[in-house]
Order: sequence, then structure tokens, then C-alpha cells
Amino acid sequence: MDKTRFSTPREQERIDSVAADILRNVRINRSFILWMGFLVTALALCLYAYIIQLKQGLGVTGLRDFTSWGMYIANFVFFVATSLVGMLISSVLGLIGYQWVKPIARIAEIIAIAFAAVAGLVIVSDMGRPDRLPYVFMFGRVQSPILWDVTVVTTYFVLSLLLWFFPMIPDLAISKTRLQGRPAFLVKAYEILSFRWEHHEAQYKIMKQAIRILLILIIPTAFAIHTVTSWLFAVTPRTGWDSSIFGPYFISGAFVSGTAAVIIAMYFFRKSYKLEKYLTDDHFEKIGRVLVLVSIVYFYFNLNEFLVPGYKLKTGDAIHLRELFTGHYAMLFWGIQLLGLIIPVFLLLVKRMRRPLPMLVISLFVLAGAWLKRYIIVVPPQGHPNLPIQHVPPEWVVYKPTLIEAAVTMASILLVLIIITVLSKLFPVIPIWEMAEDEGEKSGKTVNE
Amino acid sequence: MSEEKQEKSSEKPDLDKVVETSRRDFIRKVTIAGAASVAGAAAVYSGYRFEKSKHREGMVRVLTEDNRLVEIPAEQMQDFKPDLKALQTRGRDGIKGKRWVMVIDLSHCRNARKCVEACQGAHHLRPYEYHINTLVMQESVNTPAFFMPKPCQHCDNPPCVSVCPVDATFKRDDGIVLIDNERCIGCRFCMAACPYSARMFHWQEPTMAEADKEKEYDVELNVPQKKGTISKCLFSADRLREGLLPYCVSACPNGVFYFGDENEDAVTNGTTKETVSLSLLLKQNGGYRLMPELGTKPRVYYLPPKNRLFEFEQGPEKDYREEKV
Repeated sequence: MDKTRFSTPREQERIDSVAADILRNVRINRSFILWMGFLVTALALCLYAYIIQLKQGLGVTGLRDFTSWGMYIANFVFFVATSLVGMLISSVLGLIGYQWVKPIARIAEIIAIAFAAVAGLVIVSDMGRPDRLPYVFMFGRVQSPILWDVTVVTTYFVLSLLLWFFPMIPDLAISKTRLQGRPAFLVKAYEILSFRWEHHEAQYKIMKQAIRILLILIIPTAFAIHTVTSWLFAVTPRTGWDSSIFGPYFISGAFVSGTAAVIIAMYFFRKSYKLEKYLTDDHFEKIGRVLVLVSIVYFYFNLNEFLVPGYKLKTGDAIHLRELFTGHYAMLFWGIQLLGLIIPVFLLLVKRMRRPLPMLVISLFVLAGAWLKRYIIVVPPQGHPNLPIQHVPPEWVVYKPTLIEAAVTMASILLVLIIITVLSKLFPVIPIWEMAEDEGEKSGKTVNE
Repeated sequence: MSEEKQEKSSEKPDLDKVVETSRRDFIRKVTIAGAASVAGAAAVYSGYRFEKSKHREGMVRVLTEDNRLVEIPAEQMQDFKPDLKALQTRGRDGIKGKRWVMVIDLSHCRNARKCVEACQGAHHLRPYEYHINTLVMQESVNTPAFFMPKPCQHCDNPPCVSVCPVDATFKRDDGIVLIDNERCIGCRFCMAACPYSARMFHWQEPTMAEADKEKEYDVELNVPQKKGTISKCLFSADRLREGLLPYCVSACPNGVFYFGDENEDAVTNGTTKETVSLSLLLKQNGGYRLMPELGTKPRVYYLPPKNRLFEFEQGPEKDYREEKV
């Protein structure tokens, strides 16, 4: 009980050195204010578009009776997908025992928190009557997948928040005495949130147990959020959505977009926070391999999703696939498959490509492809319903997103960036105590031990 | 039925009419009862008394819902108007003992679109907003094209109802699938789930929103329509409550629609007003339902477009322009 960690002078020294590296970035400096100022101004502009939508109705979007789910829902699916990476990195890779994920885990959790939190808001922006949101809780019917989605996304968000926060408590305790020159509120926040942490072994033991429980709980939750999101489509009898592999298809796709997002975040943190010592080339090399693996799995599901119905060409499938392969969406479809999935896999198989800069570029392509892929999944199946679209104005036939929709979608992306910025700038983005421990005993004690 | 009539007629302020209707109902009732029993005779007597004393100074006799004849001072009479709660309750309860069913005879349709217009008029919709739409259908290249009126199929296993998160759209015991736009949150999951494209959404302010503002919302008519909510075919539940045929069925000039009660095995043609046996009609004409493979079990049946009454003639497509806000 009395044994405390980091008590010897040598350990203290290590803590000092790591804390100095990491805490250098925890400050409200000019670039932070400028960046936040830009994000908030842009967000305000985009929110104006939402106010127009609130006033005039969803008619300001390109959505109409036939394609009634469009960019907002695609964006929602993308957000839920990307948030899944928190579970992949911290839980799956962490529980297996990979030590190298330690400095990345918190970044992955930040991404999970930001995307999961905003996903809920994205859905609200798609509602015809957002003022009736409480009805979902007052009159909710358990038969509806929307209820399942609300439940599991909320749970996932809370678990991710805890998984970000719990391992940070020792860091906050370490940092609270090292925040000279930072605003008083920040010092106070660290003081409160560190819960009088004193680095007792017993405290570490409890924390690790708690984290372990969370890491296990979050796996089924994460699978649930994206499986249920896929079921929003798969439970309908609509051609293109009526697929029994939608669950795993979505999950595997989620790992691709999430991993790409983490790589992009790693690159920017490494550059702007000067964290080359902690986010090494080796980390990029390894997460590059992860991206290859998840992309190949995703490719396998793509093969199943398109080849099997493509072989049979049932009436509805034939129309749908023709639209994708050679029709209206052909450019988009092949662009996504090639530039966002197949070519990145082949490039990343080359060791030279698994370096920070090439991987940044590749990941940007993968992430953009992932967003557009959600669009391809959501929109085209609605364009050719079972019964013909007749006697309607021409703009009802083909869905074209409007500027307002783009602006509201942009607002959600800006909000994600704001959350990521705040969480990574006001709190240590790399786990200080784990790094100090790591440097000390290369023998490798881990959080998940 | 007498209660409903009572309700309806007393909406009008005319006092004499109220008395008139209730008296007629009353007499009809007591006549039946009187023929059966001695108690009936007493009732006839009370009818006679009622007749005699109806002009009593300042008093009015009213038949209550539980069939009691009461007398109240005339100045205490108030028009009966069902409030939202009453409308919602009866809207969700449906009409007891009925299983509404529609049969659409495709051999009679020549795309007059009177059904569409009547429906849009009754439900305050724009010309391109549909509860029912007549579609040009062609099953395959070598089979002839035909016109097909397409209302909501009022499925017995409705995918739209399953997915609704807030019980805004629901299936009644009498077979009708309704939408409560006081409840709808506008998520459009039901639209995504419907294989018949039967639902519409109010993307902008409904066309008669201003005029309907003061009206109490009747879920059986879905008026006033509301921006940001779903609307759909209701089998004219409000008309059925009055014992009338749906708007589209009555408006058809060509005898396309039959409507009736599956429990009675009887459907009435909206044009000829001829009532026929549902099972016989389906049997003799090869009745079928749309997309049976989906397992939705529609309550709308179709009769194939054989021996057509009219040549297939597709007029010029009307130019539908979206109303800008």
C-alpha cells in the first residue's frame, strides 16, 4: 500500500524529462487561439446554413421523397465508422499486448470521442422536427433500430470518454505542479480532475483494473454501434441495402477510415507538437501495416457485397449495380475503390511508403474515399425504387446535395476538429506516465498487463 | 352509428336541427326496441311524450351517449367539438369490427387521375405531393404498358411501422396504417423502409398551412399537414367513420376502385356503387398483390389489366414545377 511509483530520483528525472516534452504543447498560445478562432468563425458561418434549414424546412436540401436520406446520413455513418478506431487501437491491439500502441491510444480515443459525440448531432440535423428529439426518449419503441443506435452510440461515447480519462489521471497529477504560466482555470481543472492521485501502487492497480473492464466492455459496444448503424439500412427491403453482410462490411470499413484518421492525426501532432521522439517512424511503419490489414479485410467484404449480387443480377440488383459500375455513379465508385482502397493497399505494402509523409497522403485519400463510400452506400439505392418515379418535378428524380447541406456537413467536421483541438491542446496528448515507465523499464510493463 | 351522427350534427349551431336529428334517431331506436318487448312499448310511449313536450319553454331534450334521454336548459347547450385528445384516441382505436380492404381493377384505369386530385384536395396537398399516384407500368419489354393507381398498400406486416422510433406511424385493428404528425420526428426511416414509395414528406411549409392553422388536428384526415413530418394515404379513415367510401374511390369515373370490409367479404365499387363479394371478385379476376415476395401482406389487391376498357393512351406529361419558398 505504501509503495509509490516514480519515487526514486532517477524515476523523477525521467518523469521530468517526458513531462517537459509533452507539456510544452499544453498551453493556450497564439497559434491555438488563431486556429480556434478560425474554426469557431467557420463553424458560426456554417451554422447559419442550419438556421436557414430550421426556418424553411428540409426542402433547402437536395433531399426529396425518393432520395430522402442523403449527405447527412452518409456523414453520420462516416462519423460512427471513424469513431470505431478507439476500440481497435486501445482495446483490440492493446489487449493483445502490443506495446507500441501506447503513445497512440490516447489519440485514438480523442478521435473516438470527437466523432461519436458529433455523430449524434449530425443525426439531429437530418430530422424534420429536431424540436421533437425528446420524443425518442418519451415514446421510444424498442423495435426500431434508431433506438438501438441512440443507446449504443451514447454508451460508446461514455466508455470512450472514460477510456480517455482514466489513464490520464496520473498524468494530470504529474502535470498539475508543472503548469507555470498556464491560465488558472486549467491548473484548477488539473487539480480537481487528478483526484489527489499520489502514484500509490494500489491506485495504479485499481486504475488498471478499471481500464481493463472498460477495454473489454467497449469491444461489444463498438461492434454494436456500427452493426446497428448498418442495420438502419439492412433491415429495410430496399435493393442495395437489403444485405446480410452489412454488419461486418460496415465494421471492416470503419476500421479503415478510423485507422486513416489516426494516421493523419499522428502526423499533425508529431509535426506541430514536435513529438518525433514519441511518435516515431516505427509507429508509422506499424500502423501502416494495420491499415493494410484492415483494408484487405474490407476489400474482401466489398468483393462479397458487389460480386455475388453482380453474378446473379436480380432485377433490382442489376439496376443498382449498373448505376455503380457504369452509370451515374461509376466515376465515384471506381475512384473510391481504386484511389481509396486498392492502390493504397499496394502502396503500403512497400516499406518505403510506410513513412510519415507518404502515409499522410495515402491516409487522406483513404479517408476521403471512406466518406464518399458512405455516400455511395446511402444514396444510389434510393434512386431506383421498386415502383417508377413519375409525375414529380425534375429535381425530385436525381438527388443533388445543396450548398446548405454541404455547409451543415462542414459544420459537423469543424466541430470534430474543435473537440480534437481542445482535448489535445489542453491535456497531454501522449500518456506521460506510461512513456516514463516505458523509458525506465524496457522490460515492458503495460497498462493492460 | 347514432352516436357518431349525433356528434356530427351537433357540431352545427342550429338548435332545431339538433333536436330533429336526435329525435329521428331516437324514434328509430325505440321502434326496434318496441317491436321486441314490452319495454319497447314503454319507450314508444316516452317517444310520444318527447314528441309532445319538445317545445317546453327553455328546455331541450338530448339523447346522451349511453342512450338516456335528458333534459337540459337551452342556454346551457354547447356545440360539441372533439378535442385533440378525443381525435387522437379514436384515431388510434380505429373502427371496431372492420378490416378495410381495397381492390383496384387495372382493366378499367385510363389515367383520368381523378383519384389523385380528389385525394390532394381532401388532404391539402400540392399537385406533386401524393398519397395516391397513378403510375405507368410495364412489367417487361414485350408486355403492354398499363396504368396503375398506387395508394399506400396498408400492409398487414408493414416495414414502415416496424422501424418508426416513436410510434408515430401505427397499424390499427381495422387494417389501416396511419401517421400521427403530432408525434412524427421527421427521421424518414419509414420512407426508407417502404418498398412501395407510398410515403411523402413535407419538405416545406404545406400548401394550406396558413388556412388550416386554427383547425384541430385529425389524425384520420392528417389535416392540418405539418412541415417536417411524414404524410401518407389514410384509406380516408375520416370518411370511413362517416360510413362513406374513400375520396379516391368515390372520385373515380371509371369504376376502377372497390372498397369494403374483409370481415363482411363485401366490397363496393366507387363508381357504380355495386357491392360484390370480395373473395369472388378476386377469384374470378385473378386478383393479386404487389411484391408478395416481400412478405408485407398488403390490404390492397389488384385485378390484372386484361380485356381493357380503354386503349392505353399516354397523354403529354404534365410539367410539374416545384413551388419555391
